[in-house]
Amino acid sequence: MPRVGPEGLPRLLAGYRPDGPIGLQEHVAQYGPPPWRGTHRHGGPLIDAVEASGLRGRGGASFPTGRKMRTVAQHRGRSVVVVNGSEGEALSAKDRLLLTSLPHLVLDGAALAAEAVGADEIVVAVDRASRRALSSVHRAIEARRAAQLDGALVRGVALPSRYVAGEETALVNFVNGGAAKPTFTPPRPFERGVSGRPTLIQNAETLAHVALIARYGPDWFRQLGTPDEPGSTLLTIAGAVEHGIVCEVALGTTIGAAVTAAGGATGALSAFLVGGYYGSWLPADEAWDVPLLNATLQAHGASLGTGVLYAFPVGHCGLVAAAQVADYLAGETAGQCGPCVYGLRAIADAMASIAAGQQVTAMVERLQRLFDEVRGRGACNYPDGVIRFVDTALRTFNAEVERHAAHRHCLLAPPPAMPIPVFDGRWQ
Amino acid sequence: MKKQHRLIVNMIECEAHGVCAELFPERVQLDEWGYPIIDDEPIPPALLKHARRAVQNCPKLALILTDE
Repeated sequence: MPRVGPEGLPRLLAGYRPDGPIGLQEHVAQYGPPPWRGTHRHGGPLIDAVEASGLRGRGGASFPTGRKMRTVAQHRGRSVVVVNGSEGEALSAKDRLLLTSLPHLVLDGAALAAEAVGADEIVVAVDRASRRALSSVHRAIEARRAAQLDGALVRGVALPSRYVAGEETALVNFVNGGAAKPTFTPPRPFERGVSGRPTLIQNAETLAHVALIARYGPDWFRQLGTPDEPGSTLLTIAGAVEHGIVCEVALGTTIGAAVTAAGGATGALSAFLVGGYYGSWLPADEAWDVPLLNATLQAHGASLGTGVLYAFPVGHCGLVAAAQVADYLAGETAGQCGPCVYGLRAIADAMASIAAGQQVTAMVERLQRLFDEVRGRGACNYPDGVIRFVDTALRTFNAEVERHAAHRHCLLAPPPAMPIPVFDGRWQ
Repeated sequence: MKKQHRLIVNMIECEAHGVCAELFPERVQLDEWGYPIIDDEPIPPALLKHARRAVQNCPKLALILTDE
């Protein structure tokens, strides 16, 4: 029988302390040991519980976690669990926070998922630029090994700091000794992944939710959120807000309420970037009352993604900001697929031209052609995400596009610098 | 159910030689950089010969004819 879970929020962040990671002893004192349930070839009680909870992946794609677990469990032979802590999304900080401060919550989820799908190996993949998260994970793995807590063998892996390194096939290819670049599918990782074995890849936050669902049950999980999109989620709130933070909210919280949780906006806002660089721009007045749910965000051309909310201030040029980010994103191609390599560069160049007020009308038309020409033609979905970013920037800052066309230069103040990671360029 | 054939490209392998568009212009066009644009429609039996010829002659073996 599940234990009675705590009411309300926070859930994942209940044990969070700013002064350092929660060690194994303290973690077990708070939550008890992982409630092992055993392995069942076609899904055991934990998979049933996760399916009943309605949990969806928090890494961007919002895929039903229980269904993914069941698919891996049904494949023949011993499988592998990969904790995806790459967080290639430059604006997102929530997985890094979990791995740094609450590593055992994530590792409990991974160990429980491993048991449920019949995996004897767990790989925890963390961006190698996130040094604190890496060392915290390594210490946590050591402590669990000394305590002989987990059945599966657990190891940490430091990933190249590239946007697409966390894409599932890229992650698998890197763990298998190759470059952190996407590979052609099929096979998908759940069929043939790490060491050629069926592989369950779950985002770090998703597994932390699994650790709590295993203890408190699906009904507890559903006490927050909506019937279709239950539970809580971590958000990274940044940009023109008083306190850039990672916080935990119930799904269905409005964008405005989330901004208020971050101390409110520093001034009038013109737009939000929802979901990060792999997400969508929305006009601020349209976005404010929208609940953070994929169902409602989709109606506005957006999705929850990795839970990033970036607030953009009035009086600054969103086109210049979007052009800078588009240039960075074009450079983050893995360099494998022609339409991605040449298409994203052409898109970024056209956007730079619009931002500078040069050939604006012609470049807007060229962008529409490029979007149609490039969309859906990469081996992975990376180019599609960049297209969505630029396309929604053009729509959201449409009034500014017209002013750039009319005046042939930008009349607004330069934008606040959006975070552009400096990467080491190595894929191996 | 009769099998349906579709032409897909492994874009990671493709190096824009353009042979496919030459041998199978009925279904393959090239983008402005020379990479193939192929629609997702099933290929009717009358065109299968051309499709197979394109698959066999791709210098990178990047074209795949599926039969699901």
